[in-house]
Amino acid sequence: MNTVVCMKQVPDTETLIKINAEGTGIVTEGVKWVMGPYDEYGVEEALQQKEKFKAGKVTIVSLGPDRAIEAIRTGLAMGADTAVHINDAAFYEKADPYATASALAAAIKDLEYDVIFCGKQAIDDDSGQVPAILGELLGLPVITQVIKLEVADDKSKATVTREVEGGHAIIDVPLPAILTAQKGLNEPRYASLPGIMKAKKKPVDVKTVADLGVSVEPMTVIKEMSLPPARQAGKIIEGEDAAEKAKALAKALHEEAKLI
Amino acid sequence: MYDEYFGQSHIMLRESVRKFIAKEIAPYVDEWEEEETFPRELYKKAGNAGFLGLGFPEEYGGSPCDIFHEVAYTEEIMRCGSVGLASSLGCNAIAVPPILAVGTKEQKQKYVPPVLAGDMIAVLGVTEPSGGSDVANLLTRAVRKGNKYIVNGSKTFITSGTRADYVTTAVRTGGPGHKGISLLIIEKGTPGFSVSKKIKKMGWLASDTGELFFEDCEVPVENLVGQENQGFYAIMLNFQKERLYLAVEAHAVAEIALEESIKYARQRNAFGRPLVGFQVTRHKLAEMATLVEASKQFDYRVAAKISNGQDAFKDVCMAKNFATTACDKVVYDAVQIHGGYGYCREYMVERLYRDSRLFSIGGGTYEIMNEIISKQMKL
Ligand SMILES: Cc1cc2nc3c(=O)[nH]c(=O)nc-3n(C[C@H](O)[C@H](O)[C@H](O)COP(=O)(O)OP(=O)(O)OC[C@H]3O[C@@H](n4cnc5c(N)ncnc54)[C@H](O)[C@@H]3O)c2cc1C
Repeated sequence: MNTVVCMKQVPDTETLIKINAEGTGIVTEGVKWVMGPYDEYGVEEALQQKEKFKAGKVTIVSLGPDRAIEAIRTGLAMGADTAVHINDAAFYEKADPYATASALAAAIKDLEYDVIFCGKQAIDDDSGQVPAILGELLGLPVITQVIKLEVADDKSKATVTREVEGGHAIIDVPLPAILTAQKGLNEPRYASLPGIMKAKKKPVDVKTVADLGVSVEPMTVIKEMSLPPARQAGKIIEGEDAAEKAKALAKALHEEAKLI
Repeated sequence: MYDEYFGQSHIMLRESVRKFIAKEIAPYVDEWEEEETFPRELYKKAGNAGFLGLGFPEEYGGSPCDIFHEVAYTEEIMRCGSVGLASSLGCNAIAVPPILAVGTKEQKQKYVPPVLAGDMIAVLGVTEPSGGSDVANLLTRAVRKGNKYIVNGSKTFITSGTRADYVTTAVRTGGPGHKGISLLIIEKGTPGFSVSKKIKKMGWLASDTGELFFEDCEVPVENLVGQENQGFYAIMLNFQKERLYLAVEAHAVAEIALEESIKYARQRNAFGRPLVGFQVTRHKLAEMATLVEASKQFDYRVAAKISNGQDAFKDVCMAKNFATTACDKVVYDAVQIHGGYGYCREYMVERLYRDSRLFSIGGGTYEIMNEIISKQMKL
């Protein structure tokens, strides 16, 4: 089975995020970058499907600046076969979900695939739009938040389980299709040393957006970014007994917090 | 001329170990320390990730690598914050090499791959209740009877001993002294082999440390590793890497203690300013950092020497003594900077302080290192 995995390199969740001076993005210096955690489920699933079918190729496609190669190499070290690195810092800088999906679509359209995996969202921008737009551009069905995948032996269709509020939905989808990975789909493997050594020799096709013939402009622009307000100090409700404390609490919730 | 010991593949290996720790160890390590054990399946997980096979030949399920991959792994796994857990998980690193060095093909095929895969636990049994430093005079006896060795005696302080599937055991097959020692593979379940108890310790809590008994224990002669009465050399050969690992563990633990101290000193206030606002604290941290850096560079140099096939018998003893002494000082100061909190379980330095105390005892004591160094100096 051939698969494509769309992968974005994102700041590690442990990294302290600061907003840049212009207020339009984050300070990228000193940030630790990792493979998007949901994308990682995608890579793992692609590898597991390849192992199950005992044939096929896993191709990672990533849009990002020079540094993105580190996350690509991690994917290759996990076991992916090849990668396309759309290395275009200027385009990446202002790319919105539409622009990103356009670049990915251009890179993917000539590849062979039965499934395209994406993470359910990138944990930095959290837009969650790229897979859907990609589906539109490539004319493919998109199933989001997949937690289980069974591909038919002839690869003509798949049965996927996705999370819905309070339960699961089981869906039959014709292939090729785009599936977005949700936590629970699998347990991603660790890049082992032999995998790391092999990854050094695996081919990475580096392209600019111009090479791909993409000339779209982003449809949206980030005007301003801000951090969530710092958490205020807690307040201890005083009172003689439980009844009095409860009264004071209700009052505070009503008058100060305006919650009730 | 400047040589960097670590490249891209080392960095990526570190990343894998960090992920492994974050997912498989960090959420549970405090519990495991309290319970004084960890789930056996962690071996399997580490085996699957390829960590247990680092530096071992591919044909036995290992991943050949350069010595700095092993150094990088050792440094990173210490970041789980429990030296005991890391050591118990890595106990095969001292139990398997003698088999690979002098064992038969059958022994290698039978006893190495399952250990590197994390399906079996292999440990090294040298130390005895009567003494650990004087290896040449160990007492556990193995007498050959037909196609069996009848083993009598005991071993103590054996890391992962209580749940080992086999013990690479040093026994006396010949006369007194180092020329009468052999290595036997003794499997769990062999009649006459029992684990008497799990030893209660100051540190290394997550690691089970066992006392093993052999009472007319019948071991097939096929389990003799190498030539009879030649075991001492295999043990000594093994010590070189073990001592390097211990030195690296010491500088890694010291580095973590330093980082924890810097974090704490920035955030803790006394007399209206953060601890780093006091020159005394800053200088203490500067001295700690200097010790960490010096032991690191020394250890790397010795590793490079070993990897280059040069004789490093003396160097590795020096490195171990230097790094463990430096670590002792650094963890002491780390607890000091943390004040009362440094004495409490909630803070990592408390465990590092206890765990690191073993570095100058295990794998050859500080004094024994000095004995070897001074002998090499032909004093
Ligand atoms: C947690 C833990 C895990 C361990 N894991 C293992 C394991 O997996 N396998 C294993 O085989 N062993 C293991 N050991 C044992 C360890 O290697 C020994 O404790 C160590 O070698 C010292 O031996 P001993 O404790 O018998 O001390 P002794 O040999 O009795 O020494 C006591 C003191 O006398 C000093 N001394 C001894 N001889 C001399 C001399 N000639 N000159 C000057 N001073 C001397 C020593 O330096 C030491 O200070 C472990 C120990 C611990 C505590």
